Amino acid sequence: MSESKKSYSAADEVGAVITRRSRLQRAWIGLKKAPPTALFGMVVIFGYVFVAVFAPVIAPYGEAEIFAIPYAPWDGTHWLGTDQIGRDVYSRLVFGARNTVGIAFATTLLAFFVGGSLGLIAAINMSWLDQLISRGVDVLMAIPSLIFALMLLSIFGSNTLSLIIIIAMLDSTRVFRLTRAVAVNVVVMDYVEAAVLRGEKLGWIMRREILPNIMPPLVAEFGLRFCFVFLTIASLSFLGVGIQPPTADWGSMVRENASLIQFAKFDLKAGLTPLLPAGAIALITVAVNFVVDWFLHKSSGLRDEL
Amino acid sequence: MHPILSTVLQRLALGLVTLFVVSLIIFSSIQLLPGDFAQAVLGQAATEDTVAAFRRELGLDKPAIFRYFDWVGGVMTGDLGTSFSGRAASGVDRSRSVAELIGPRLMNTLFLALMTAIVAVPLALFLGITAALKRNSVYDKLVSASTLTTISFPEFFVAYILILLFGTLFWDFPTLADVRPEMALGDRIYKCVLPALTLTLVIVAHMMRMTRAALINLLASPYIEMARLKGEPPRTVILKHALPNAWAPIAAVIAFNLAYLVVGVVVVEVVFVYPGAGQLMVDAVSSRDIPVVQACALIFAATYILLNLTADIIGIVTNPRLLHPK
Repeated sequence: MSESKKSYSAADEVGAVITRRSRLQRAWIGLKKAPPTALFGMVVIFGYVFVAVFAPVIAPYGEAEIFAIPYAPWDGTHWLGTDQIGRDVYSRLVFGARNTVGIAFATTLLAFFVGGSLGLIAAINMSWLDQLISRGVDVLMAIPSLIFALMLLSIFGSNTLSLIIIIAMLDSTRVFRLTRAVAVNVVVMDYVEAAVLRGEKLGWIMRREILPNIMPPLVAEFGLRFCFVFLTIASLSFLGVGIQPPTADWGSMVRENASLIQFAKFDLKAGLTPLLPAGAIALITVAVNFVVDWFLHKSSGLRDEL
Repeated sequence: MHPILSTVLQRLALGLVTLFVVSLIIFSSIQLLPGDFAQAVLGQAATEDTVAAFRRELGLDKPAIFRYFDWVGGVMTGDLGTSFSGRAASGVDRSRSVAELIGPRLMNTLFLALMTAIVAVPLALFLGITAALKRNSVYDKLVSASTLTTISFPEFFVAYILILLFGTLFWDFPTLADVRPEMALGDRIYKCVLPALTLTLVIVAHMMRMTRAALINLLASPYIEMARLKGEPPRTVILKHALPNAWAPIAAVIAFNLAYLVVGVVVVEVVFVYPGAGQLMVDAVSSRDIPVVQACALIFAATYILLNLTADIIGIVTNPRLLHPK
């Protein structure tokens, strides 16, 4: 409490007025205790979001703008050179943050919306519907998701919308499993029963009674799923069946510039060019993992900051 | 019936059902194709007769259920259908059978996967077990930190870093793994050094972390502590008490990662232009060669399911609680 006191008295502590800290203050206190790895992760994530939002301001040229010299070296006009048909690599990297991260984020959101609602419904319903969805998910999870995604993409064609929907559907199976597993423990609580007896509708019970109690594992899962979706989309784009040109995207940028790596002996900078987008993918994955690790550690019962 | 036998049979039946449903899904994917795709494959210039003949060949004039059984029957006897590529609007048919396309490439993929597994599995188990036994030591922290970073990297990032370091800057390992059937084994292995190294790095990281976690879980259980308190030497504790219960998680870890290899192989094959089944599938996806995609998907999915099934059965058969029922 106050620093002027020399001796400690329990009566004082009990008698002191307890002020409830605002949400912001509590968040700040939690943030100050975060380990350096988590802080590093958060800084990186904010950096990516900033670049994604202000991409047109930051990038010197447009993402599909073509210049005269393909494979130009790094210099003043093109900081990181140009690619195989003469597009500015630095500008494409910046726009890639918007496209790649944005598409991965949208996909994860959709996966959580679908998987989460189905998981909640299955946990509340617990009848033939639950059995039906659960067995269906079992079968879907028996096929490796990259292979399944490749197959579906060959049918629906490689465009951004079908990419988002296909990956989201495949990923929602994992979200469904987790949501159902944590929600069944909450559904049996008395207050849920009370809400049902009160005559609340299914939507209310899902949103107001169960969801707040299963938030921490879902938030952590969101981070991990985001990484997974991000890597899947990057891999698909790298394979040439994901995000299509001329949209700037890190996965396809790696593929387009890959041949430059052969010249690393003569010009190290040129050899590094294809590694830059790949490194950008790796960096955000590492950053999200760090933050999720810290969050899991914090939400697993070690809540002492309140 | 002995409890083990019944559990194993149950698991086998479940595996078969899964395989059946998966084949159903893969088959029905062709039904989702929009529009008349006989016309699309043959092109605008195709005559009525050619299109009709092609439709008949695909069996599009029969109900779907008959086509499914035709397809499954074909797969059972090794006939995977005919590729779409090589068909011309004029009715000239230079297409090849899918089995002929996939066969040699599947061998290549298996060769690469086997080469990786031979190196990666013992290495990962060794690292995982030693890290679990020397938990929280400098060695453990070093191994864990380095594997955590490789896990977060996409496969192609690892592959290109390796190409940069060992393919151009410092050594001169071949960066194109263009193996041919007539190559000697030594040449083949030399060509596959970099792809195999990439796959090894990726799966060793996963496998090591999972082994470590499974063992730490096990070593924390009360009966191990009991054995230690009895004064048994560490060797006996590990070999006699911990190991029988550890087989199931270790088998699961190995199978999971070999299954992961099936998926990882696709990306790595494309990076190193390795003539394997994964590359074939990606090419077929780009050109929408549905029979090839279906066959590849079925083979990959079946491998994945069978590996997981094997791990489950090993887990059941070695489970001490089932071996000595009360």
